Amino acid sequence: MVLVFVEHDRGQLNKLSREALTFGRQLAGRLGAPLQAVWAGPAAAPAADLGAYGVAALHVAQSDQLADYAPAAWAQCVAALMAELQPAVVLAAGTDRGNEVLAHVAARAGLPLAANCTAVEPGEAYTVTRLRWGGSLLEQARLSGAVKLLTVAPQAVAAAPAETAAVPTVRAFTPELSAADLRVRVVRREETGAGKVSLAEARVVVGGGRGVGSAEGFQSLEELAGLLGGVVGCSRAVTSLGWRPHAEQIGQTGNRITADLYIACGVSGAIQHWVGCKGAKVVLAVNTDREAPIVTQAHYAVIGDLHQVLPAITAELKKARGG
Amino acid sequence: MNILACIKRVPATGGVIALTADEQELDTRFLGFTVSPHEECAVEEALRLKEAHGGSVLVLSLGPEAAQDQLRDTLAMGADDVLLLETDGREWDAAATAGALVAAVKAEPAPFDLLLFGNESADAGGYQVPVRVAHLLGLPCLTGVKSLTVTGRTATAKREMPGGWEVYEVELPAVISVKEGINLPRYPSIPGRLKAKRKAIRRLQPAWPGSQLEKLKFQLPPRVERQVEILGEGPAAAPKVVALLKQIGVG
Ligand SMILES: Cc1cc2nc3c(=O)[nH]c(=O)nc-3n(C[C@H](O)[C@H](O)[C@H](O)COP(=O)(O)OP(=O)(O)OC[C@H]3O[C@@H](n4cnc5c(N)ncnc54)[C@H](O)[C@@H]3O)c2cc1C
Ligand SMILES: Nc1ncnc2c1ncn2[C@@H]1O[C@H](COP(=O)(O)O)[C@@H](O)[C@H]1O
Repeated sequence: MVLVFVEHDRGQLNKLSREALTFGRQLAGRLGAPLQAVWAGPAAAPAADLGAYGVAALHVAQSDQLADYAPAAWAQCVAALMAELQPAVVLAAGTDRGNEVLAHVAARAGLPLAANCTAVEPGEAYTVTRLRWGGSLLEQARLSGAVKLLTVAPQAVAAAPAETAAVPTVRAFTPELSAADLRVRVVRREETGAGKVSLAEARVVVGGGRGVGSAEGFQSLEELAGLLGGVVGCSRAVTSLGWRPHAEQIGQTGNRITADLYIACGVSGAIQHWVGCKGAKVVLAVNTDREAPIVTQAHYAVIGDLHQVLPAITAELKKARGG
Repeated sequence: MNILACIKRVPATGGVIALTADEQELDTRFLGFTVSPHEECAVEEALRLKEAHGGSVLVLSLGPEAAQDQLRDTLAMGADDVLLLETDGREWDAAATAGALVAAVKAEPAPFDLLLFGNESADAGGYQVPVRVAHLLGLPCLTGVKSLTVTGRTATAKREMPGGWEVYEVELPAVISVKEGINLPRYPSIPGRLKAKRKAIRRLQPAWPGSQLEKLKFQLPPRVERQVEILGEGPAAAPKVVALLKQIGVG
C-alpha cells in the first residue's frame, strides 16, 4: 500500500498536495498496491475530492488539538498509522510542512527519508531521483528501510485526477498525542499580505540584481512592474546589501516564481538565482554583459545599461497605450 | 544563554555546475567554499541572542578538515568556540549526521539552551537534520523560522505562510532552524579575523556509521537548449521589447 499524508491548511488542499496524490497513485499502480491517505482533522476531509485522485481508503485522525498546524502531532498521526498498516511507502508533498512532518516520522521510526524526489524506481531498496542544490542538480540515491519514506518535489508530476474516480472508505481514528507532541503548534496567525499579489503567483516579475546599483535605482523597476501589473523581485546580492527585503528574493534560498514573464535587470544569473526563476515561461534579460549566464539562458535579451533601457521601455509602453 | 549553531561546508557554485567524470562529486577545482545562507543567519542569530542575553556561542560542523575555514569565519564574526567533527570527506546522510552532532552535543560540559540550524543544507537539501537532532535529544523542534525573540525561557518564533505569518511559542531548551531573511549577517571584523586565525580548533573524529540513503551518482538536470534572441542594444531596443510584451499578452 502507498500511504499519502495529505497536507492541507484548515481543510484546504493545495496544488502540491494534489501533485503528491498523483505521484502516489502512479507509484501504487506500478506496485499493484492500493492508494490510501491520512488526514489530520478536525477539518472535514474532502473524501470525494480525494477519491477523484484515486484514494481507496481515507484515515482521518480526529482531534481538536490538530486544528492548527502542529508538526510533531501531525507526524504522530502518520507514525501511528504507519505502525498499524505497514505500508510499503509513505509520501507527502515536498513543502515546508510535508518535509517537516515526514522528517519527524522518519526520526521516530528510525528510517531514512528522501526529500524532494522527482522519480522512484521500486525494488528491494528504491532508487530515487531527488533534487539537490535547490534543484540545480539531481541525485540518484538508494533508499532503504522497511517503509520507504519520501517527499515529492514540486512539479515532479502535474496534478491529475484518476481516470476512474474511487469512492474511498473513510475511517476515523483518535491519535494518542502526548504533551511532547503538542509543544510546538501555531498559537496565532498574522495576516499581512491580504490582497497583495505574491511573488510566487505574479504573472509578471521585474527582478533587479547588483547591477541596479542602489536602493533608489529600483524606482525604474517599480514603475515598469506597475505598468505591467507585476511585482518586483531581486537577487541575493540585493537583499544582502539591504536594498530590498528578503521577501522579494528569487532563488534557492528565496522564492520560486512561475510568472508568464520575468524581466531580469542587472542580474548575472548565478545557478542559485536561476533555480528560482526558471519556472517563468519567458525570461527577458537586460544586462550590459552579452556573456552573462542570465543572457545565455534567457529567451530574449537587451544588451545595455538598465538605467537607460528600462525608462525607454516604460516610455515606449506609455506611448503605445496612447498616454 | 548557551547557544549552539550548526553549519556545513559546501562549494560556492557560480553560473554553471560541473561534475567530476565519475559523476560522484561536483567539480570544485575552480570553486570557493561557503555555507548555506540559512546557516550564516543561524550564526548571526546566535550572536545577537548572546549579545542581548549574555552567554556563549559554539559553532559545530561535521565535514572534512578544510571545514575549519568556515568555522574560522564564524570565530571572526564573534563565536566563542568552534568544534569540527572531522570526516574523510565522504558524504554522511542525515541520520548519521544527526547522530554525530548529538554525540558531540552530549559530550560538551554544559547543556545548550538553544540549538540553531539552517532550514536546509545548500547541497544535500535533506530538510531533516534539525528534526532528527531534536528527536534524539527529546527537545521540541521548530523549522523554517524567519523571526525569533526570546523572553525569559520562552522563544516566540514566526514562520512565513502565504499572506502572512504563523506564530509559535516554545519553551527552551529547543531546536530551531532558520531561513535567510531572519537577519542580515554581519561581516567579520579585521581584529576578529586576526583572533580567529590564532585560535586552535578543537577536533573529533567520529566513526562513519554507514548510510541508509546512499548517493549513487549526480546528474545534471536536462539543459534547456535555446538560442537567446537579442532584441537590440540600449534604449533603441524599446520598441521591440514592447512588441514582445504585447505578444506575451502583458503589454
Ligand atoms: C547556497 C547559496 C544559495 C544562494 N541563494 C541565492 C538565491 O536564493 N538568490 C540569488 O539571487 N542568489 C543566491 N545565491 C547567490 C548567488 O550565487 C549570486 O551571488 C547572486 O545571485 C548574484 O547576484 P547578482 O546577479 O545580483 O549580482 P552579480 O553577480 O554581481 O551580477 C550583477 C550583474 O549585473 C550586470 N550589470 C551591472 N551593471 C549593469 C547595468 N548598469 N545595467 C545592466 N546590467 C548591469 C552585470 O553584468 C552582472 O551580470 C546563493 C548562493 C549560495 C552559495
Ligand atoms: N555536516 C553538517 N555539519 C553541521 N551541521 C549540519 C551538517 N549537515 C546539516 N547540518 C545542519 O542541518 C541543517 C539542515 O540540513 P539538511 O537536513 O541536510 O537539509 C543545515 O542547514 C545545518 O544547519
